[in-house]
Amino acid sequence: MEKTASMPTDTTLPPPRPSRLSRLRESDLWYSFRAHPSAIFAVALLALVAVTAFLAPLIAPQNPYDLAALVLWNSEIPPIWDAAGQWPFVLGTDTQGRDVLSAVLYGSRISLIIGFSSVMLALVVGLTLGLIAGYFGGWIDNVIMRIGDVLLSMPFILIAILITAIASASLPTGLKDVLAAPILIFAIAVPSWVQYARTVRASAMVEAKKEYVQAARLIRVKSWRIMLHHILPNCLTPIMVAATLNFGLAILSEATLSFLGVGMPPDQPSLGTLIRIGNQYLFSGLWWIVVFPSVQLCLIVLSVNMIGDWLRDALNPKLR
Amino acid sequence: MIAFLLKRTANAVFVMLAVALLAFVIFRFFGDPVEMMVNEQATLQDRIELRERLGLNDGFVTQYTRFVTNAVQGDFGISYRNQQDVMVLIKERFPATFELVLVATVISLVVGIPAGVITAVYRDSRLANILQLGSIVGVSLPSFVVGILLILAFSVSLGWLPAFGRGETVDIGWWSTGLLTPSGRAALILPAISLSTFQVTLVMRLVRAEMLETLRADYIKFARARGVPARRVQWRHALRNCLMPVITLTGMQIGNLIAFALVTETVFQWPGMGMLFIQAVTFVDLPVMAAYLLIVSFIFVALNTLVDITYAWVDPRLRDDTARGDG
Amino acid sequence: MKLRHLILATAAVAALSGTAQAENVLKWGANRDIGSLDPYSFGDSFTINVLNHVYEGLVRYNKDLKIEPALAESWEILDDQITWRFRLREGVTFHNGNPFTAEDVVASLTRVSDESSPLKGNLPAYVSSKVVDDLTVDITLNGTYPLLLNDLTNIHIFDKEWMTENDTLMPTDVGAGTEGYATYNANGTGPFIVESRQPDAKTVFVVNPDWWDEPQHNLDKIELLPVNSAATRVAALLSGEISFTNDAPVQDLPRLVAAPNVEVLEGVDLRTVMIGFPFRDTLTTGEPNPFKEKAVREALYKAIDLDLIHQRIMRGKSRIAGATIAPPIPGYVEALDELPGFDPEASKALLTEAGVPEGLEFEFNCLSDGLVNEEQFCQAIASMWSRIGLSPKLDVAPRAVQSPKRTNANTDVYTLGWATLPLLDSYSPLLQIFHSKDGNAGVFNWGGWSYPELDGLIDAAGKELDLDTRLSLQTEALQIVKDEMIMIPLHQQPMAWAVTDDVSEMPLFPDAKPRLWFARMGDGS
Repeated sequence: MEKTASMPTDTTLPPPRPSRLSRLRESDLWYSFRAHPSAIFAVALLALVAVTAFLAPLIAPQNPYDLAALVLWNSEIPPIWDAAGQWPFVLGTDTQGRDVLSAVLYGSRISLIIGFSSVMLALVVGLTLGLIAGYFGGWIDNVIMRIGDVLLSMPFILIAILITAIASASLPTGLKDVLAAPILIFAIAVPSWVQYARTVRASAMVEAKKEYVQAARLIRVKSWRIMLHHILPNCLTPIMVAATLNFGLAILSEATLSFLGVGMPPDQPSLGTLIRIGNQYLFSGLWWIVVFPSVQLCLIVLSVNMIGDWLRDALNPKLR
Repeated sequence: MIAFLLKRTANAVFVMLAVALLAFVIFRFFGDPVEMMVNEQATLQDRIELRERLGLNDGFVTQYTRFVTNAVQGDFGISYRNQQDVMVLIKERFPATFELVLVATVISLVVGIPAGVITAVYRDSRLANILQLGSIVGVSLPSFVVGILLILAFSVSLGWLPAFGRGETVDIGWWSTGLLTPSGRAALILPAISLSTFQVTLVMRLVRAEMLETLRADYIKFARARGVPARRVQWRHALRNCLMPVITLTGMQIGNLIAFALVTETVFQWPGMGMLFIQAVTFVDLPVMAAYLLIVSFIFVALNTLVDITYAWVDPRLRDDTARGDG
Repeated sequence: MKLRHLILATAAVAALSGTAQAENVLKWGANRDIGSLDPYSFGDSFTINVLNHVYEGLVRYNKDLKIEPALAESWEILDDQITWRFRLREGVTFHNGNPFTAEDVVASLTRVSDESSPLKGNLPAYVSSKVVDDLTVDITLNGTYPLLLNDLTNIHIFDKEWMTENDTLMPTDVGAGTEGYATYNANGTGPFIVESRQPDAKTVFVVNPDWWDEPQHNLDKIELLPVNSAATRVAALLSGEISFTNDAPVQDLPRLVAAPNVEVLEGVDLRTVMIGFPFRDTLTTGEPNPFKEKAVREALYKAIDLDLIHQRIMRGKSRIAGATIAPPIPGYVEALDELPGFDPEASKALLTEAGVPEGLEFEFNCLSDGLVNEEQFCQAIASMWSRIGLSPKLDVAPRAVQSPKRTNANTDVYTLGWATLPLLDSYSPLLQIFHSKDGNAGVFNWGGWSYPELDGLIDAAGKELDLDTRLSLQTEALQIVKDEMIMIPLHQQPMAWAVTDDVSEMPLFPDAKPRLWFARMGDGS
């Protein structure tokens, strides 16, 4: 769903210029950042979520993945402000006696890690393949881009579901738990590298025709190194915006897959898994099991999207 | 033009063959079809015979060719779980998904276009800011959370609208429609809203961006200078200019909406193709999974190709393949 | 009064003019769909139960779960002790109008006992059958066998002519690459006729006006609507979108009880929930299997806090069990129900003594669409086992995915619920679960155990026609099962049905099977 939403900037690239500009742009960015309270709010929110998520093992009252730590006697305790609330279960407990706050913190950590890693994987693969395709051209270009065409002709979510479903059907139980997160990262990255590859390829094709590259080729210098230095800064802007927005999308995809039951297993719950489990108790008065993970998920994605939107507007010269 | 048409069609066929290869690999190599078909008491001899009968001992190319030939004729085999012809199952479910996607698309246009125009024309008004904020919240809310919230509010608390299923349906030939009965229409409302949330924001953002662009264009400025009323310029001239991209987006997004409907269908127990697919996934019903992948991809590719061809027909410059770029 | 008369008159006019007003439509929100319209293609008791509204057996259970004549009017055992002669009911017709005859019985028995039939285990003693005359059938068994009638309650009778016409005389063979006609068409003798079916969405049954029996129900139509999500089922019931569910989630009962338009029917199911162990030499990890030691099984047993599961996960609605069968099942005696007591310290000691390594990994196989709150009690038990130093790996998935793993010995510890259906006798679990794997015996012996002494008792019971002698043999066998801790019983699971207030009668059966031919709607309101 993302490809039409985040691509309008790549045809309006400013001409390549050395690093002085990037410093200038930095300061531009900083200025724009300070002028946008929503951006400040989003960055602060995301930072708060990220820090608490990564410090979860230190600050969470409980390790929700340690089966031996779950005590069924503590199940279904409401949040602390309810009359029946109990310390230290600030946001209450689920039906297994799992502390909801701890589960949300650990779950956010999984969601953030999977989102971030899949974007990184897609970036690395996309940039590499895009450069190769743009620089070498010919049949290599053809093969890479045709693979991209095929991937883009299947809906994003469908590819991800198929990969996770097939992996979980063909792996033994022991491995499934260990590999659940890597499989998700892979499944989300597979359909999303194409976008980066296309952007980089376009710049690389332009660059490859330039004289210095031709000259370098003549004297058999490894020109790709030089190219790398020239091409990457060129497409940094659209790629940065796309990557930020895709980060939000990746977190949403992970949550969706887990909600559908093909993502993280119930003993290492991500936010999506928690919502799936909590959904069963929606009408039985145990609202806190489903509400807190949902709120956290929405906050994360909202802050990421706000940052992405702001970045796009701030970096797009047309809108300035 | 004919050359371009051929080229695009050839490209689409190539893509579909590649998707078919993928579907075939899933079908054939993940999980042994024989193991999933035979019942528990089957002997080794039974299994060997079945393997032979299904042609699983033939070469890869032979099997792939057979798979594609059958798929083109709409034969995707028998569902392991329902023990029914896969194509019949999908045909039964298609109307449900199609009506859901159709209504969601209509909602996205009816809500998205005016919202986009308002945010573009009255750029810094309070209404525009609220709409802008709403649009960013809209893309950030997972559609299953939207669905759960809608059920909680309108089905459980208020009791206004049904929480699951399609209500009463009427059969018109093989097509079953829920649009002709009151309960069918009521059942459609919540799922369609939940499916359209993302699409509404997409349309709104596109209209806004296009409108901002157009309003800066010379002819609009001339029109204003000639004294055409502002409102008329904005809503008639400028908006008309934005509609082509919106139609393109809508066309290309239908494939995505069909795929995304599987989340909505799961939340609302909507008996469409998506629910069939999700159930096939949990039961490792490979023929259904392969068929769904192929059919949804086919719709997706067909719509994209159609949009491309229409564009080229409208704007001859685009027929030159290199000018299309790769954006 | 006047108004009432007017309404009645209008109703009569409406009825005359043929419109479908004031129809009694029971909307049944089940937690899953039936697997097929062919009761023989899916060895699954829910499917058989639902299809029992369409197809009937030679005999059936009445409201008190006692066997009574159905398609057969009477029966006798012939002098050879192994042949049973059934006299069939006259004047019964199938839904397509064909008369019911002895040929149909023989064809149906042949079909269900075929090698490829998933249900052949439900008729373990059957050898052959033959037509004596149009309304008389002889069934020959492999020996003296006391429980044939119980078996026959669930063997549905098809129309031979219809099967021949539609090439479906044999059970469906998916491998043949064709659909079975009976998979999506039905033609029985029962009180309801299948009107339409959309898998996973809706199956509609209409009343059979030509049913041979006097109907006790007043339904015109049943709509079977599978609603997988428990929360959605509750919402649908509260808003009246469904009028009956045979699976009201226990956690939502307070809310349903409080609702003015819903009535909750509660009971304890006959189904005993158990945990089974592997008896093979190695675990799925390749490590040696410690569960062959009785002491290790005992350690796992004592580590489970049954009371806690009863209170929290089953919300006090289950019945904690020490026996592998429920009290009403013949063969039960109180001594079988003794509990070992929750004692994790003793468990740890037993494990150390048996030399089980700390952190032993094993798979724990549970179903996501199986027993009441199965996912939750499996998680809780896994957590309890972790606390005595083991590392169970929880594997939760739908039945269709787990069943092959279980039957192919591709997992370690597993859950099993057994209601002794259709026999309603303790011979059922003894033969099907606890007997060594041997032909029709031990079909559910997934762990692969073998106790010759136990087999001897079960075999003796299977040939004993005297009821008391048979039951004492079975009780003795159950005691061995208990002493050896072959499986750990946890509880008899709660059963909760709920109906909206337009349903006036819905008898609840301890075998958890809805029998809607006893249901009534709209009376008294």
